[in-house]
Order: sequence, then structure tokens, then C-alpha cells
Amino acid sequence: MRILFLSLALAGPVAADTAAVVRDHARPGYAAFDEAAGRLADIDSCDTETLRSAFQATYDAWLAVEHLHLGPAEDEGRSLAILFWPDPKRLGAKAQTALLVGDPAALTTEAMAQQSVAARGLAGLERLLYPAETLPADPCPLIEATANDLSRAAAVLDNEWGGFGDLLMTAGQPGNDRYLSEKEATQALFTQLATGLEFVADRRIGRPLGTFDKPRPDLAEGIASGRALANITLSLKALRDLALRLDPDSAKTQAAFDHAIGLSETLNDPLLDHITDPQAWLKLEILQQAIRATRDTAIAEIGPALGVELGFNSQDGD
Amino acid sequence: MQRRTFLASFAATLAPRLTWADVGAPAFLAAGKRGEDYFLHGLSVTGASLFQLPLPGRGHAAAAHPTRAEAVAFARRPGTFALVLDCATGEIRHRLTPPEGMQFNGHGAYSPDGSLLMTSEVVADTSEGRIGLWDTARYTRLTDWPSHGIGPHEVKRLADGRLVVANGGIQTDPVDRTKLNIPDMRPNLTLLAEDGALIDQIDLPDLHQNSIRHLALQGDSIAFAMQWEGDPAEPVPQLGLWTPGQPPVLCPPREAEAFTMQGYAGSVAATTDRILITSPKGGALMLFDAGGSPVATHLRADLCGAATASGAFTVTDGQGAIWSVDDEGLTPLGTDETQWDNHLVALT
Repeated sequence: MRILFLSLALAGPVAADTAAVVRDHARPGYAAFDEAAGRLADIDSCDTETLRSAFQATYDAWLAVEHLHLGPAEDEGRSLAILFWPDPKRLGAKAQTALLVGDPAALTTEAMAQQSVAARGLAGLERLLYPAETLPADPCPLIEATANDLSRAAAVLDNEWGGFGDLLMTAGQPGNDRYLSEKEATQALFTQLATGLEFVADRRIGRPLGTFDKPRPDLAEGIASGRALANITLSLKALRDLALRLDPDSAKTQAAFDHAIGLSETLNDPLLDHITDPQAWLKLEILQQAIRATRDTAIAEIGPALGVELGFNSQDGD
Repeated sequence: MQRRTFLASFAATLAPRLTWADVGAPAFLAAGKRGEDYFLHGLSVTGASLFQLPLPGRGHAAAAHPTRAEAVAFARRPGTFALVLDCATGEIRHRLTPPEGMQFNGHGAYSPDGSLLMTSEVVADTSEGRIGLWDTARYTRLTDWPSHGIGPHEVKRLADGRLVVANGGIQTDPVDRTKLNIPDMRPNLTLLAEDGALIDQIDLPDLHQNSIRHLALQGDSIAFAMQWEGDPAEPVPQLGLWTPGQPPVLCPPREAEAFTMQGYAGSVAATTDRILITSPKGGALMLFDAGGSPVATHLRADLCGAATASGAFTVTDGQGAIWSVDDEGLTPLGTDETQWDNHLVALT
């Protein structure tokens, strides 16, 4: 990708929505993720409790920016290497087992960067820190290598969002070939809001929800680390913040978010494993519907307020 | 517009059948939306609009007559009509209607001499595929052939006259396009002789939910682009290559970019040494070498139309931009208020 990190003066007119997302949402979010991943990588022991606590904080921090599928996180598939989920074919576990029983001396940070994205990142660490069964070898060298690789990726994202944020905020200015108008930058960020909500409803909830007759709690994210419901709540809070930066006057959207977050916070089913009970299943489905309603509300309210809509072709199956 | 007026009067008084050179020698045709209005544009190799003709609704793809300044614009699926447009005057020369109980399915192709038009069609009730055959002298219906699959989408003429059909495999509701057979869909690629006889066919037993929809030709090889209808969490290829007589070769992206295209390729185009697929859903395009190995990925929201002219790639997006593409990246050719539709059609 020919990314031009422009050093254009930022004095020109910048859409307020874009600047707010870059300065108050994305950059602080990536900085916090970088810091959390750095703390995890800096742990000098293999003490499980210490590692787990830092792992949980890093996962929390990632969820604040995970929905931003544009720019540095998409280059070279970095976001997949940070969180490879869902993984229905267990590609991550398979690749990781090979690394676990291999030569620990080969587990350098550089070598990890060349490994399968499915074996790396938060999902990889979760399998090592919360193993379902006894691991075939001492996981410490691989934990260290995985944490270092994750920390390196977080630092790259934090760093590159400096230049990429400038690209968003100089949309439409001469020499900016990435965003040809201010509206394009706004539309790109608005799209993240809609697709982020779809991801929570369709994947984080939809996969375990399955059907009424066949719930699949085993397909929930982060079961081993106890994060299944927490990830839903944290994603919604991150997306609410994105909506607020895009349009501070979006009262209906904020109300829809508050409703959905309220449902999530009171679900009282941290692993989503109660959904084999019809009552609990219905409650999760109601949350899914509330998230879809939030998406519809945001599209109807924020889209026209910013003068943008979702993609002309991306919304049109062919 | 003076030029248009001149051409219109010229056309009316002198020659009913102008050539593409008479309308500015466009390199491409593309449908688009401006405000609430829909148009078919002729575009130069640098992306400049040479003419724009009003369309009654959102277009899908077009097919260009090889010599006459004449194009068929297909409506989005399910289509009950296609328009033959005089690209000099904007006049609708013919309105094509498939036989009772049939629907157009978005694409068509002319024979090399332009005397015949072939259209992808389905029997509305079953989505069983047909290839409609039209005499282009007056656009009369000659016959139709079985496409040997369900839901044919793009069709391409090979240089020797054979026809390749992407049978997408998806049975749809004739009214609302609801997909009816996703669990047991079975797309295929079918090669037909000039007289419609079945010559060869391949399918994808391990990826039967990967709908084969769009085609590009690269020498003797057919590049086919797919859209995944299975679990979106499964990494699957969007591109395949088929040389008739041999098994197909699937071309997965780099592992880290397994989901960049979101399982969806919207268009495919090929030069002698590169193949390009676009994904509006993923906001990306990928370039592969002639053997099908990934070379480069470029990101841009809502990219879809893709075609080649003079050995180079041009792509269009739903935000109004037209780009030239090489391994290094995207270079803007132009942008305006027209949101470009799914397909960019090269005139060759």
C-alpha cells in the first residue's frame, strides 16, 4: 500500500467529527493498548496470576479500538494477528501446538511475527494462560514470545496512527490520495460504527446464540478467560464513544446504546453458558435485537447529520 | 453538450450505426448514480466521461457491441428487461424482454463480430440457468440454451467463440431475491461451444458454498471470482483459475489477509501477468500473479468496478473515484459526484 504520511499543515478546515474521532477516540485508544500490551510484555516471570491480570487489561484495551478496521490495523492483516476470533477450524490451537513442542530457542519476537496469525495475539495467549487441559510443554517461552509480538504490534499501531490520523484529518487536501474529500474520511469512520455493531450482534452474540433449538454456548468468545459477556459490554461502550465523537448531538443513538449496554450489564451470564435455558436464550436474543436497533438508529440519525451513508456497492449484494 | 447535439443530428441524418470512434472512443462503460438519477457513462482511458446516457433505474452491468456505438444495459437482478442504447444519441433502440417465466441475471456478452448477443438468464421459478441468444440486427430472440447450472451470472466469450458461464449456484426467490438453497448450493463453471453444446464443466466439491459469479480471461486461462455463502469465519479463496481440460486452481490470499475481502469478490479483471479482484465489502483489492500467487493488497472503501485497457488496470468505487492500479498502489484518475456501480466494462 502506498501510504503517504503527509506532513501537511493541519491548519486547514477539518471536519469536526473526524478530528474528534482521531484525537479523542482512536489515538488515545491505541496509546492505551500499546501501554497495556507493553506492561504485559515487560512481566519478567511466568507467574500465572500476574500474567493473567495484565492479559485481561490488554484485552480490555484492545476492545476500545478493535472496531477501527481501517488504516494501520488493516495493513498486513495486523488486527487478525492481535485477535484471531472466531476460529471454528481451531487453526490457532493447531499452529500453536507445533510451536509449543518445537525448539524454544526459535521463539524470538522476529520469528513470532512470521508465524500464523491464528496462533498469535490475545487468542493465543488465552490458550496458554487458561489451558483447558495440560499443555504438552512448558508454555513460558511461547507466552513470552507471544506477548512480545503483541506488544510490538501494539507499538506499531500506536505509532502509525500519528500519520494515519493526519491523513484522515487532511482529507480532501492536495496530495492526500487516501481520502479525496472530507466526506470520505467521515464516511470511513461512520462505516466503522455500523460494522462494529454488526460484529457484536452477528458474531459475539450470534455465534453462541445459534438457534432457539440449538444454542451453541461453546462458540462464545473468551470462555476460558471468562470474557464472553464482558467483551460484548466493552465493545458496546467503545462504539458508543465512537458515536458520540462522530456526532455529540445524537441523542437517539446514545439512548439506544444506553439501553443495549444496560441489558448487557444486567444479563448476569458471564460465560453465556446459561443460554441452554430458554429464558436466558431469549434474554441474549433481546440484547442482540437491541444492538441491531442501535445500528439502525445510528444510521438513521448520524448518517444524515454528517451527510454520509454506508457504501453504495458494499451494501448491494451482487 | 455541443458535441452531443452535433452527433445526434449527424446520427439522425446520415448514419444510423455509428462506431465507438464516433463517440470519442471510450475505453470503458460504467453505470453510476448521481443524486437520484442513474446513468450509463462512456469513460476514456484516463477516466474522463465522454458521454452519459440516462437509465431508468440502477444499472448492474453493461455489454458493449464490438464495433457499433451500442450497449446493452442490464438492470439489477432479477431483471425483466435490458436496454439497447445508442451511445451517440442516448436513444433506447430496443427494449429486450426475456420470454415469459424467464429473468435476466445481470450480464451478457456479444459474439466477436457483434452479430449475436448472449444473455445470462434464469427460469424464474427454479433459478435453472439459460443462455439467451439474440440476433443483434433487430435484437430478435433466436433461442436459448441450458447453462448447465443454477443462477448463471457473468458470461464471457473466448476469442475462439466458445462461451464460459459462471453458474453461481444460488437459487433465489423470483420476487425478493431471497436465497433458497444455501446449504446445498453447487456452483460450477461451464464451457459451451459456439452452438451451445456442453464442452466442459468444473465445480468446487470442497467449497460448494463459494458462489462463482464473475469472470476474466487471461490467455487460455479463465479467472473466476467467488462470493462465500458459508460461515464467514472460515478463510476461503475469492479467486480461482481454470484452464479447460485441467482441474481448477484456487488462489488464496496471504494468511494474514484471509478476511480482508470479507469472503466477497465483486469484480475480476486480468492483464497478461496480473489478476485483480475487488471487494466493496472489504474495502480492498488484491493483485495476484498469473500463477495465482498474491502480489499486493490495496485498501479503499467501496471499490468494485474493475477492468483493463492497454494492459493496465482501472477500478471504480462507490464514492465517485476512478483509479489506475499497479503493484505499488492506487493513483487517482478523477473523482466527481457519480457513485460508480458494481461493474466497469472494457471495450475491446
